[in-house]
Amino acid sequence: MQPHDQHPHVPGPSLWPVGFAVGVVVLLIGLIVSWYVAGLGAVIALAFAFLWVRDLTTGTALVDAPDVEAEHAAAAASLLPADGGEPATPPAERYPRSKFLEASTLGLGAVIGGLVTVPALGFMVAPAFLKQGQKDHDIGPLTDYPEGTFVIATWMSDKSQGEVSRRTAFVRYNGLLGSQPSYTIISNHCAHLGCPVQPNGPLDDKNTKQLADVTLIPTVSIAGFGCPCHGGQYDTEGNRTAGPPVRALDRYSFSIRNGRLFIGKPFSVSHVEGTGSAAKIHKWTLAFPGEHVNGLESWLYPIQPPH
Amino acid sequence: MAATKLTRSQQIQQTILYPIDWLEERSGIVGGIKYFLFRKVPGDTNWFQTLGAATLTAFIVQALTGTILAMYYKPDPNGAYSSIQHITNDLFAGWLVRGMHRWGASVFIILMFMHMGRVFLFGAYKYPRELNWIIGVLLLTMGLGEGFTGYLLPWDQTSYWATVVGININGTAPFLGPFLAQFLQGGTYINADTLSRFYAIHMLLIPGAIFALIGLHLYLVVRLGVTSPPWSKEAAGKGPITNGKVTTGRRGLSRFGTRGRR
Repeated sequence: MQPHDQHPHVPGPSLWPVGFAVGVVVLLIGLIVSWYVAGLGAVIALAFAFLWVRDLTTGTALVDAPDVEAEHAAAAASLLPADGGEPATPPAERYPRSKFLEASTLGLGAVIGGLVTVPALGFMVAPAFLKQGQKDHDIGPLTDYPEGTFVIATWMSDKSQGEVSRRTAFVRYNGLLGSQPSYTIISNHCAHLGCPVQPNGPLDDKNTKQLADVTLIPTVSIAGFGCPCHGGQYDTEGNRTAGPPVRALDRYSFSIRNGRLFIGKPFSVSHVEGTGSAAKIHKWTLAFPGEHVNGLESWLYPIQPPH
Repeated sequence: MAATKLTRSQQIQQTILYPIDWLEERSGIVGGIKYFLFRKVPGDTNWFQTLGAATLTAFIVQALTGTILAMYYKPDPNGAYSSIQHITNDLFAGWLVRGMHRWGASVFIILMFMHMGRVFLFGAYKYPRELNWIIGVLLLTMGLGEGFTGYLLPWDQTSYWATVVGININGTAPFLGPFLAQFLQGGTYINADTLSRFYAIHMLLIPGAIFALIGLHLYLVVRLGVTSPPWSKEAAGKGPITNGKVTTGRRGLSRFGTRGRR
């Protein structure tokens, strides 16, 4: 390599420092993992350090770096133009290496930025949509649900979260349908904007039962449900009778195990025909309050997030 | 240096100016501040044009009081309400700082709307200031987002159910509404993460965006200058024609202008 006039002792490009760095890394890892690895790292580091220092002292480069020579030639050509038939280089191709470095810096920056940003954004967004299902919850023995009247059942869907996970449903035993017991389990989330609907009628507070995290409050012949926020009204099947709600109240599925009632997954209901065990429930996947589940307006909500 | 004897006042002046000069020579900050604050404005600007600065002041008050409140507030469903009670009732001047933040929030929103109304009625959104109007609208939505997310933090019945309703209103937006609602509450229902989520959005995400947008907003104000009121006989930055010469606008923040010399 021809030494430049202004920088007579600048060494040429060398790959040995890379090997030296690798050796140091292996050495450090070895301090944690095992002494053999540390020793290996020390050997690598020393070997490359020797090569590197020899390189510096003798001034011989690992790579001949023809690019640099070409650049110098081009620069010289531009400084002394039209001299002795030197082909003029177009300006766009004069510094291919700087162009490459520019592109690779931007590209690498974008890659690194993406590597950092994408998982963080995923962490922000994805937990709201994954693992959303809720386990069936024991809400007490069947004998606590007298036929024909609603019992207000509240329970914690996730005890580790505490009171914030408390849910409420209105549960009514409808007697047997054929040989199977029939229950009406209505969610208390108003179908307008999610406020808690209240039973329109007196509560039988004296007979409130407390079972672990479940509270059962019987009601006395209520006439339906009403929402305190914006006045939505529902009948005892959860059908909207007045006010702003766009559909009937949501319901819960249920199961019976060992004589106990288990509350299952919630689902949305457009309307209910008939009453009690003879009711025909028009069932839809769970939607947020305020969303139509059928009719023209339901086209506005083609996809529901996983509930 | 010549051996001229300095008077006492000159000495004092030099002593005061030395650190300022030192700073200016190394950073140019004095010139920058002068460029930012001592701009030419039309002579007939009036008090309505201080609404933007008032809004900025309201936001700075919110940022400061909010930062201090964050030192005592606990964004946890089981501790949020009691920490608010603690701030209000037990801590020294806690009632005051919380009150400043709570009422200052309304002041901030009201001032934003008044500032927006001033810009609209003065026609100050027109060329070349359209982009600043757009940034201002973004700032308005950010401010309303602050109001929405901050409302949940006391974690009482009002804030809880207001947030349920607010989230479900978001949920009724077409197509992506349900996803937005579920993102906001961090799940199908409001849960233990919802409060801390709102807290993070309220005190980090949106304020960061607001700071950045205010920076852009002010940059454009400095770059484009202040508009005259619509009833102005002066064009922006140009004075009335006196003695056949167009005089330039007055320097500094004087509001008295040339009204008397028409």
